[in-house]
Amino acid sequence: MSRRVASPAEPAVDQEVAAEHGLSADEYERLCDLLGRTPTWTELGITSALWSEHCSYKSSKVHLARFPTSGPYVLQGPGENAGVVDIGHGWVAAFKMESHNHPSFIEPYQGAATGVGGILRDVFAMGARPIACLDSLRFGRLEAPRMRHLVDGVVRGIGDYGNCVGVPTVGGETGFHPSYDRNILVNVFALGLARRERLAHARAAGAGNPLLYVGSPTGRDGIHGATMASEAFAADSEAKRPTVQVGDPFTEKLLLEACLEALRTGAVVALQDMGAAGLTSTAFEMAARGGTGVYLNLSRVPLREPGLTPYEIMLSESQERMLLVVERQRQKDVEGIFRRWGLEVTDVGKVTDDGRAEVRFARRKVADMPVQPLTQGAPVLRRPVRVPKDLEERQRPPEVPQPDDPTAALAALLDTPEMGSKAWIWRQYDHTVRTNTVAGPGGDAAVLLLKGTPAGLALTSDVNPVYCWLDPHRGGAQAVAEAVRNLACVGAEPMALSDCLNFGSPEDPQIAWQFRECVEGMAAACRALEVPVISGNVSFYNQTDDGGPGGPRAIHPTPTVAMVGLIPDLASLPSSSFTRAGDRIVLLGTDAGEFGGSAYLRLLYEVEQGRPPAVDLGREARLAELLRFLAFEGLISTAHDLSEGGLAVALAEACFGRGLGAEVSLELAPLNLFSETQGRALVAAPAAAVEQVLEEAEAYGVPALEVGAVGGERLRIRASGGAVDAAVEDLRRRWETALPRWMEETG
Amino acid sequence: MRCGIVVFPGSNCDHDVYHVLKHVLGQEAMFLWHDATDLKDCELIVLPGGFAYGDYLRAGAMAARSRIMSAVARHAERGGLVLGICNGFQVLLEAGLLPGAMRPNRGLRFLCQDVYLRLERHDLPFTHAYRDVRVARMPIAHAEGCYVASDEELDRLEAGGQVVLRYGDAGGGRGDDDPAVNPNGSARAIAGIVNRQGNVLGMMPHPERCAEAVLGNEDGLPLFRGLTEEHGRTAR
Repeated sequence: MSRRVASPAEPAVDQEVAAEHGLSADEYERLCDLLGRTPTWTELGITSALWSEHCSYKSSKVHLARFPTSGPYVLQGPGENAGVVDIGHGWVAAFKMESHNHPSFIEPYQGAATGVGGILRDVFAMGARPIACLDSLRFGRLEAPRMRHLVDGVVRGIGDYGNCVGVPTVGGETGFHPSYDRNILVNVFALGLARRERLAHARAAGAGNPLLYVGSPTGRDGIHGATMASEAFAADSEAKRPTVQVGDPFTEKLLLEACLEALRTGAVVALQDMGAAGLTSTAFEMAARGGTGVYLNLSRVPLREPGLTPYEIMLSESQERMLLVVERQRQKDVEGIFRRWGLEVTDVGKVTDDGRAEVRFARRKVADMPVQPLTQGAPVLRRPVRVPKDLEERQRPPEVPQPDDPTAALAALLDTPEMGSKAWIWRQYDHTVRTNTVAGPGGDAAVLLLKGTPAGLALTSDVNPVYCWLDPHRGGAQAVAEAVRNLACVGAEPMALSDCLNFGSPEDPQIAWQFRECVEGMAAACRALEVPVISGNVSFYNQTDDGGPGGPRAIHPTPTVAMVGLIPDLASLPSSSFTRAGDRIVLLGTDAGEFGGSAYLRLLYEVEQGRPPAVDLGREARLAELLRFLAFEGLISTAHDLSEGGLAVALAEACFGRGLGAEVSLELAPLNLFSETQGRALVAAPAAAVEQVLEEAEAYGVPALEVGAVGGERLRIRASGGAVDAAVEDLRRRWETALPRWMEETG
Repeated sequence: MRCGIVVFPGSNCDHDVYHVLKHVLGQEAMFLWHDATDLKDCELIVLPGGFAYGDYLRAGAMAARSRIMSAVARHAERGGLVLGICNGFQVLLEAGLLPGAMRPNRGLRFLCQDVYLRLERHDLPFTHAYRDVRVARMPIAHAEGCYVASDEELDRLEAGGQVVLRYGDAGGGRGDDDPAVNPNGSARAIAGIVNRQGNVLGMMPHPERCAEAVLGNEDGLPLFRGLTEEHGRTAR
């Protein structure tokens, strides 16, 4: 028996039409089986969105299952709009990271802006007020076509949106690499705070409860955005501009305030953003989570222009829209709140108890589908994997030239957009609004005050795509380990992480292998360092086939990690810069002379080869514990982790903050000043505390060596047979102007 | 003191000002909705930062015509204290409560950074608590903060002592043409002005963002303290 669903005005559906929608023959057959008949045009559109890679995670699911997702702080793991940790003092933090890569390459300003908008809505849909954003950006070479336009557009887009809504962008990272010449990455993270008892959910419940549509009217923008994000770019990516949405941060701000106010009434049963795949994914996901059904009357959906078809209404990705389930008896109260904020609110349907999604338009039924089979029945693919043909070649130990002049090598490194200051970018982001920012962009981790408590939150985002390309397992582990280290530098214990896994096409077995290896490396580090994964997003198909020889070019594997930590007491927060002349400098961890994938080889010699530095998770755990202890006890004034560019770059960066110099001597070859051996950090402590720092390091099993002192106006690093010796001001000028020189250049 | 913070749709520093007045200084603070006509007997009215009505037209242009602004104008006329910060300053200009206008920053980019401010007057309710402090460090965060006015108007402002805050260097020196000193390119490096009566101040920097030791800077606190705790001392 099949229900009759008529759609006279719409195109007929067959396997060929389904294939144009991206459904495989298997998937089409499965859909027909689920419905017991041929799908309607609207149903096909709905299914193609729900089963797109972007919404269904069909290629990644089997691997993502390896992540630990629970831990002592976790209240909500993956599956909701955002993950949630309990931070104590009655507060919870909801956070998530998402990609907006494809739209940002097509239209950088709106693509990036709407990325911020979407992630903010995910967070306030949890009932949490967004208090911070991070942005992890990857661009191609600045000399590549359109690249400066893309950088400028993305930065303005992020800035204009976040600045207007009033959520500070407190950190992130920006990298430049040729693998992103044709596919840039825009990964946006947001964190919000809620009182524990006020946490909201997105589970549609209570048959008969109305569905309220709030926010902007629906237009034709962004139709099939989710599907577009599930395909590689061809030479004609410009033609995809209509799939990009347009952002309106003012409406977002009103939605944010109105939703939080509505939630305080207790009359809101569930709410969710209409994000990727619009009304379709929102209605289906809310019903699926609640084990209920939905009835939608599309004739009531507010439209920006007349004549939208039900297909278009279901798939539009117009921004700044939310769907709420409210208690029937209190519908008027909730509607009043939205109207007071000047927002349109429309009753577009109701929750049902038959487990089906029934969609009507102009008195016709245009879709009638079972909810659970469609959402949970999305195909799970076990894509074949294969070790890349050239992996051995990539990992062949590189020749590492000694620097002719270590000072010149350091200066040249600092003078690249890659290693240079990113202040040109983050000065365009409001990073101080909401008055919680204790440490903003530019340090190891951002630090936010938790008002009314002595505690603070620390946020960082990390990944080294070159390491991941050379050895995805190590690269994945390193991203997690570095994030833990960055948090430890401000005395924070990691609570959980969100990730954004950016890769090429999973249909390419070599990329599927990269993905699996990265995830396994991350998962191993998450288990060893006790950091659960509570939310995130996968972005495949970051590759471009422009018809050139060698086939499509994919980005370097980029599993971005955004980690959140808790600082029990901000009173003794160390700085990432040197703060006092006379402080003694102690190096934690030992060097093993590792240069595979190093900034030194890559930026000075254009060599990207060798195995990246080994990641010893036990050593990372001990170092992080030691750093947290030293910070908590107030024994150190400075802590800064060693990463790209090694000890030389870390020392230079520590000098830049206050323009304080340092005098250091080590028994190391000058080359080793640029080694990127992991599990290391430098700290500075008052002379009187150095003995204790060294003793504690020994107790924690971390090798420690006093190497010099803070002071003067020069950075002097004496190594065996060579030295760095430069005025801090000279180095800083290069470091500060490396990026703006490219971006502000006219003509 | 009863302090009213006006909330326009799109205000986003309203909570920050409230926090300083209520929790840092222990004052009686409340929010006033943009379409209210009654200021609820508040003695100090703050127009906070943000993007009122989205500022898609011209910063502050729509907010200046909202219903509450008539009440704010009457309050100002009667000598009541009004403080406009950032977007609030833009609203005061658009409402005609202060002279001049704002243009996009030189460089045409949003700028969020610390600036140094020369305190040009210490005899106003807004500044008297700074006593002998001549230079304060505060954050700015705006895209349209380049203050402009006609030369005659600027001369009048200078002559009348209406320029209260000016962008300067860390030592209090001038550097009007230096983007490192006067980042938005304001005429005569003007960062804040007061009306002739001395009871309405507009300023681009954010004193509410530097009013707690834990944030590493308390240079903004004397402004609020001077307005509230030692209220009663009027201008000139």
